[in-house]
Amino acid sequence: MEQIEFDYPAKRKVSRRAHVGVVGSGDLEVLLEPADAGSSHVIIRTSVDGFRDTWKAVLDRFFAKYDGVVRIEINDVGATPGSVLLRLEQAVEASEQ
Amino acid sequence: MSEYLGIRGTVWFRALTGQASPMRGDPGSVLTADVSLGEDNTRFLCVVRDPHARFPCARDGQVGLEEAYALATRVREVIEQETGAVKRPIIAIVDVKSQAYGRREETAAIFLAAAAAADAYGSARLAGHPVITLVVGHALSGGFLTHGYQANRILAFDDDGVMIHAMHKEAAARITRRSVENLEKLGRTIAPLSYDIRDYAKLGLLHKLLHVDSPENPSQQEIQNVRDELIAAIDDARHSPVDLRNRLQSKEARETRKASILTRTILEAQWAEEQVH
Amino acid sequence: MSDERYDANFIHRQSFIELDARERAKALFDPGTSRELAGPFDRMESPWLPMQGVTPQADDGCVVMKGKISGQAAVVVALEGAFQGGSMGEVSGAKLTTALDLACADNEKGIPTSAVMLLETGGVRLQEANLGLAAIAEIMASILTLRKYAPVISITAGTVGCFGGMSLAAGLSSYIILTREARLGLNGPEVIEQESGVDEFDSSDRALIWAIHGGEQRYATGLADALVDDDTQQVADAVRRFIAKGVPPVHRSSQVALYRNRIAALDTSRQWEPKELRATWGTSSFAEEKQ
Repeated sequence: MEQIEFDYPAKRKVSRRAHVGVVGSGDLEVLLEPADAGSSHVIIRTSVDGFRDTWKAVLDRFFAKYDGVVRIEINDVGATPGSVLLRLEQAVEASEQ
Repeated sequence: MSEYLGIRGTVWFRALTGQASPMRGDPGSVLTADVSLGEDNTRFLCVVRDPHARFPCARDGQVGLEEAYALATRVREVIEQETGAVKRPIIAIVDVKSQAYGRREETAAIFLAAAAAADAYGSARLAGHPVITLVVGHALSGGFLTHGYQANRILAFDDDGVMIHAMHKEAAARITRRSVENLEKLGRTIAPLSYDIRDYAKLGLLHKLLHVDSPENPSQQEIQNVRDELIAAIDDARHSPVDLRNRLQSKEARETRKASILTRTILEAQWAEEQVH
Repeated sequence: MSDERYDANFIHRQSFIELDARERAKALFDPGTSRELAGPFDRMESPWLPMQGVTPQADDGCVVMKGKISGQAAVVVALEGAFQGGSMGEVSGAKLTTALDLACADNEKGIPTSAVMLLETGGVRLQEANLGLAAIAEIMASILTLRKYAPVISITAGTVGCFGGMSLAAGLSSYIILTREARLGLNGPEVIEQESGVDEFDSSDRALIWAIHGGEQRYATGLADALVDDDTQQVADAVRRFIAKGVPPVHRSSQVALYRNRIAALDTSRQWEPKELRATWGTSSFAEEKQ
């Protein structure tokens, strides 16, 4: 298992937290919570080591469109980049309902 | 370490009761005796190897359908025959290889048979009978859930031939995709994985570890010591709640089962919080 | 008792099996009354998995919800079969035990509170081995205490099934609800094949597995109290029915003489065709229905 962390600049306040997904084969869970700092912090724990660059690419893409100030925790069991983005979008949707 | 020999159950049953035979109508694998221990008329129970068992997959010290229902019957007798104010103690001597792994067993619902035995032991405990388990050899998996794990107090020998575990080593290694060596190595740092009874003691589930130099051939003095420890455990159980909270309150549990204790604390707080609303 | 079986012809069915543990739990409550306790944001995750390089889950695969069912207090505990096969670890076990104990305490205080367990589990989580086994022993003890006051209902819908030590927890329940996609047993086919050989159990024989462990067989042999379709409404209705029934006069796991005699009557010199047992073990309702 590898732990990877990233920070992204963000400014928009988010009011609700959200939890989506399951730590099951090829899937992941996302915990998204409002944060106070001027940036968003992402902590990933993944069962598949050595994919830091791939994670960075996925999150760069996500934060290119998303500007909420949040703390995101991801627990992953080898989800594809597509599944990761989908779960992140579901978490955002749930947090803005 | 710790091959299942299947003789310790009989050795200790005989040592503590002077007998080693099943009751009328019971399979040869379930020994029952009523003997006086301290001031009590105590019922002793043990599952032993029976090469002639009716069920082929229960001939080597496994707890099968007949064993489970015989245990349930003999434990329930104690509850139902109760007349006086003093609740009779029940002592489970444990040396079980496992539950029985068979097609007949699954078809005839061994899950229910095992539940029935655990129901009997647990119900006896809840009714105020001191239920004491003495692990003299193996106490594995469903076998232990069926026979022994519902006790108020669990005693075990601190001996390499004693093993309490969820699954035998080879199967656990295979399923978690590890080598047996790797599994043993992990067990040295991660107590719940260890097959060593001294590591099991760190989980805080045991009442006491007892020492016997040679458990297959105990001396009279050692037998007397074990008897005294059983009497003390019965007394301790009589003066304590009938639930299993002691398994979270020991010094070792407060260390090793911190997550269990914290989980309980959080749930209790949030449960109560809701009732205010 | 024939109302224990349902017709499959519902037009607007919502699959229960396709729901995750959280959705399953929520679906059983009266709308708008449920609340999750010790949820993912409390982060009661397994302390043992990360140290073995295994990704934990923030709720340890166990969802506890409290609320109302048919207007009466109830707690639902759902195991997530997709996380570590629904296996019982230290934390998931402590959640289930504590939920049962708190329901018990409320009953003692005069607040009738039932419990529902959604069991999709292979039993002990082997990465937590002895703490998982100990947790199951404690769960069983708590079921025994609670079921004196209020029904403890277990549901296995599929697809994981309920195996290992947790099958004993199901066995201690006041009522068992299964679907045809559910399996219930102590030892799974692979374990039996490994321990006793392929002649004893061929784990690749799917038909044999379902004939023995399948929900339909368990119901037909009187080992489950309801057989429902994979339909959320049917599952929820069955729960309501059993809550209304209350504590059974005698629990199945306490009927020792009945089952002991049934075992004694079996011919152990051969393997059986599982359906043979239906004639002698089946509930009277099932026998009547077949006539």
